[in-house]
Amino acid sequence: MAVEFVRPKIPKFAPDPWAIQFDDKGRLRHLLTIEGLGPQWITRILDTAEGFVSVTDREIKKVPLLRGRTVVNLFFESSTRTRTTFELAAKRLSADVLNLNLATSATKKGESLLDTLHNIEAMQADMFVVRHEQSGAAHFMARHVAPHVSVLNAGDGWHSHPTQALLDAFTIRRHKGDFTPLRIAIVGDIRHSRVARSQMHVFNSLNVGELRVIAPRTLLPTHVEKLGVRVFHDMREGLRDVDVIIMLRLQRERMESGLLPSEEEFYRLYGLTEEKLAWAKPDAIVMHPGPANRGVEIESSVADGPQSVILEQVSNGIGVRMAVMSLCMSANRGENA
Amino acid sequence: MTQTDRPLPVDTAIARLVDQVRTSLAQGHLKNPLVVGIHTGGVWVANALHRALDCQEPLGRLNITFYRDDFRTLGLHPQVSPSDLSVDVDGRDIILVDDVLFTGRTVRAAMNELFDYGRPRRIALAVLYQRNGRELPICADWLGQTLELGDDEQIHVDGPEPMTARIVTNEES
Repeated sequence: MAVEFVRPKIPKFAPDPWAIQFDDKGRLRHLLTIEGLGPQWITRILDTAEGFVSVTDREIKKVPLLRGRTVVNLFFESSTRTRTTFELAAKRLSADVLNLNLATSATKKGESLLDTLHNIEAMQADMFVVRHEQSGAAHFMARHVAPHVSVLNAGDGWHSHPTQALLDAFTIRRHKGDFTPLRIAIVGDIRHSRVARSQMHVFNSLNVGELRVIAPRTLLPTHVEKLGVRVFHDMREGLRDVDVIIMLRLQRERMESGLLPSEEEFYRLYGLTEEKLAWAKPDAIVMHPGPANRGVEIESSVADGPQSVILEQVSNGIGVRMAVMSLCMSANRGENA
Repeated sequence: MTQTDRPLPVDTAIARLVDQVRTSLAQGHLKNPLVVGIHTGGVWVANALHRALDCQEPLGRLNITFYRDDFRTLGLHPQVSPSDLSVDVDGRDIILVDDVLFTGRTVRAAMNELFDYGRPRRIALAVLYQRNGRELPICADWLGQTLELGDDEQIHVDGPEPMTARIVTNEES
């Protein structure tokens, strides 16, 4: 298996490959990647999410914004957390939700991605939430959907997982406020992580003080320094004076491909234990996009400890996804706009 | 297009509004009411009312962004700050406060939002200025001042301290 990062295919002569995310009036229509959003849109999404989080604290956790609209979750790759929080987000906006688990469905019978897309479009869908193992799948769909349809990327290959990065930024902002004085460390399998890539773009857009990655060489993408990060191979050095620690999931199949000697070895060097956590700032917060492998990248007592905000990330994910959905749908007003 | 401004007296309107609400409360129309302002101008007026009535419970704030009926045509309005209603509204008497009552759509949205917090016993409406142009069967229980305005005229309220108000006329030139 090739380990090079697969870039999404983009139109050759497009001046700005991320421009497709906006309509001709400059409104956000699709969310495919963090690139191209800039600090203003990121901040607008986080501010809007703040309002939605307060909705989820109430007795009736629903607002009528997307009443009469249909959101289709198209998951070509299995997911629990992301799919359910997207589903809850859509339901709390009063939209109708259709969940299609395509990992086990039509595509296996030979239907092409475009045919699947047009068939569901014919059911009057207004928004597609797409997860796909191929990088660039959401871009591809965004280029082919009808003008009134929005596409949200819920993770494509190794490329991007924008809503996860946004909810991480939201969670950090709620705990730490301003990003400029912060040191954030992302630890673990950076190379295969779409989450890490999106996080780097978000935190750098928000002008984070220092962004670090801590990983063995085999789990880092080539030229990772060009993404605006400081690289560490040692936890003790990398965690020093850090305000935020983000642990990534270690995928077991990496061991088979020979990138790591063993899980035990990885845990000994990079697993976040209480002992290693003490090397960071005393008020550092611990994050993980889930699902966490206890005893592989994180110790149970750290994952459940007072510095962990892992479950908060999950609840914040609902508010952030509500914000993205309603902002994209508000660009999406059909011909009358 | 040219714009002309005519200032509106705020203090006398607030004083009149406070007087009316006080009289009503003295007559026992509302029991231990909760004051809730609609973002942003309504919160400023609600603040003045809250102080004058010497309410014990915190002021409620509603941001009706998620309840507006123009989402399909205008999209999502930028949010200033989220709704904040820390007191249970179930079975309570509520004084809903806004700065200007015009079409009535904002008040409708605010009532819809209130009902997602619980079931109030009674909602009464206090506005600083009411003008012509209602599009829904909604009227104020108490008001500071009534104005008859042309289609090209709008009331602008600025604040919070000091609160000022003016009628802005947009004239085609």
